[in-house]
Amino acid sequence: MDHFDISLVDWSRAQFALTAMYHWIFVPLTLGLSFIVAFMHTIYYRTRDEKWKKMTKFWMKLFGINFAIGVATGIILEFEFGTNWSNYSWFVGDIFGAPLAIEGILAFFLESTFIAVMFFGWDRVSEKFHMVSSWLVAFGSNLSALWILIANAWMQNPVGMKFNPDTVRNEMVDFFEIALSPTAVFKFLHTVSQAYIVGALFVVAVSAWYILKNRHLLFAKKSILIASVFGLLASLFVAFTGDSSAYDVAQTQPMKLAAMEGLYDGEEKADLNALGFLNNEKNNSNFKGVRLPGLLSVLAFKDVNAFVPGINDLVNGNAEQGILPAETRMKKGKISIQALADYKKAKNEGNEEMTSLKLKEFEENYSHFGYGYFENKEDIVPNVHLTFYSFHIMVGLGLFFILLFAWLLYASLKDKIGKSKLLLRISVWSFLFGLIASELGWVVAEVGRQPWTIQNILPVGVSTSHLSVGSVQTTFFIFLALFTILLIAEVKILITQIKKGPEEGGSHV
Amino acid sequence: MKKVFYFYIDGFKNMSRHSVRLWIIILVKLFIILFVLRIFFFPDFLNSKFETDKEKGDYVFEQLINN
Repeated sequence: MDHFDISLVDWSRAQFALTAMYHWIFVPLTLGLSFIVAFMHTIYYRTRDEKWKKMTKFWMKLFGINFAIGVATGIILEFEFGTNWSNYSWFVGDIFGAPLAIEGILAFFLESTFIAVMFFGWDRVSEKFHMVSSWLVAFGSNLSALWILIANAWMQNPVGMKFNPDTVRNEMVDFFEIALSPTAVFKFLHTVSQAYIVGALFVVAVSAWYILKNRHLLFAKKSILIASVFGLLASLFVAFTGDSSAYDVAQTQPMKLAAMEGLYDGEEKADLNALGFLNNEKNNSNFKGVRLPGLLSVLAFKDVNAFVPGINDLVNGNAEQGILPAETRMKKGKISIQALADYKKAKNEGNEEMTSLKLKEFEENYSHFGYGYFENKEDIVPNVHLTFYSFHIMVGLGLFFILLFAWLLYASLKDKIGKSKLLLRISVWSFLFGLIASELGWVVAEVGRQPWTIQNILPVGVSTSHLSVGSVQTTFFIFLALFTILLIAEVKILITQIKKGPEEGGSHV
Repeated sequence: MKKVFYFYIDGFKNMSRHSVRLWIIILVKLFIILFVLRIFFFPDFLNSKFETDKEKGDYVFEQLINN
């Protein structure tokens, strides 16, 4: 890892993080709001009540604004793979290409075809087909997310593939092992369900603002009722999928779990660091706050007596628990890299015996391949403070959303929704908290898995293209400007339409 | 097909001012992304340097071995 330029790697990472985080402002709102619109459309279809038609049209319009501003911002991430991360893009081969191609062909066309029917279809197509189109837009959006998240999950837990040393690419050997790996399933379910929370919080925030302004009261109360049911179900499901995701992380990315919990010294009956602060000590006295006894062992292994490895165990090894020291893995990684070089040389020289010997040696050590690029065992540790605080704030906000939606649902059912100004004010701000929690989820997932682009196989330092730092810096600031303009445009247009309210709604996008 | 075509044409013709503004934003954005960023700032690194898959594979191989 001595030969690549750290500032190039860091700027490339910063650029990708910036693009992904801006992109992720638009996506969860699209995913969540699409289902709320479909629910409302269905209620209108069944009741033929004009109030529900007006509600459907209003939220559909806000959905359309967000969709229009956000659409295609994800393409930039694909550009970055080809330009900034060319070694990685080549190395992953079809594994990344296949899910993205399916996403492009199947989901995008489903989404884009029916979105036109959804917006243009009022009084032009049958009411049933129109309502079904709203559902297909929602399913299409979520299907798009599925393939992207499968590709991301593979990077966190590379399964169902075999590295071909002749093409220097990973090749898919089992599509279903990739698509249905627990990492992919839990990642998809956790990510889309938290997006439903963001959609519900948006509806709650706008509706609460109307009630505070004493406008569109009936409309706002009905919207809050729908959003609080949807949001409560989604937030309970997020808690369940979050638990399943943590279990999966414990099996596949133990270093990430240790960083999420700030756990340095592994222990049996490990406590969950629930609420508190981390200092810079590199042992378990680094945490000051409330611990929940044994809960981390339960969370990670469904067994209160289970041993949860800490950062020090994963760096220095723990013979008793069968954990290899990082230095051993680094040696095995270097053996694997050297074997790959020797394999190629032997093949070019036509030495068949040496070719098969070196291929065997390479394959035996391939699971440690990425470790071979490190010179310092501490390099395998991600940013602990950032991962820890992102995780704990995200979980805290997740619990807050359950309480908020339960309170809103109770107040809606008792027809007391306008009585508590405090609840309404919290509801207005809660949308911002939803976006923050959503972004922090990605920080946990992506910062926590550093230094890997592909877990244990390829570190970020080897994944980048040899570009000039200046060119990456230039595009970083272009994106910063472009996305900021788009975000300002979105916020401005949304606020204008929200201020106009549902009475002036009805025009299609 | 004709019905589908007129469905879209009617839809676009009857758009509100705010919808037209949104479409302008979409088109300007797509132009910037696909014709400015893609062409001038985001060439595919390997495609711009090599012609065949073998050359690309050999280059990445060198990157993996010599890092």
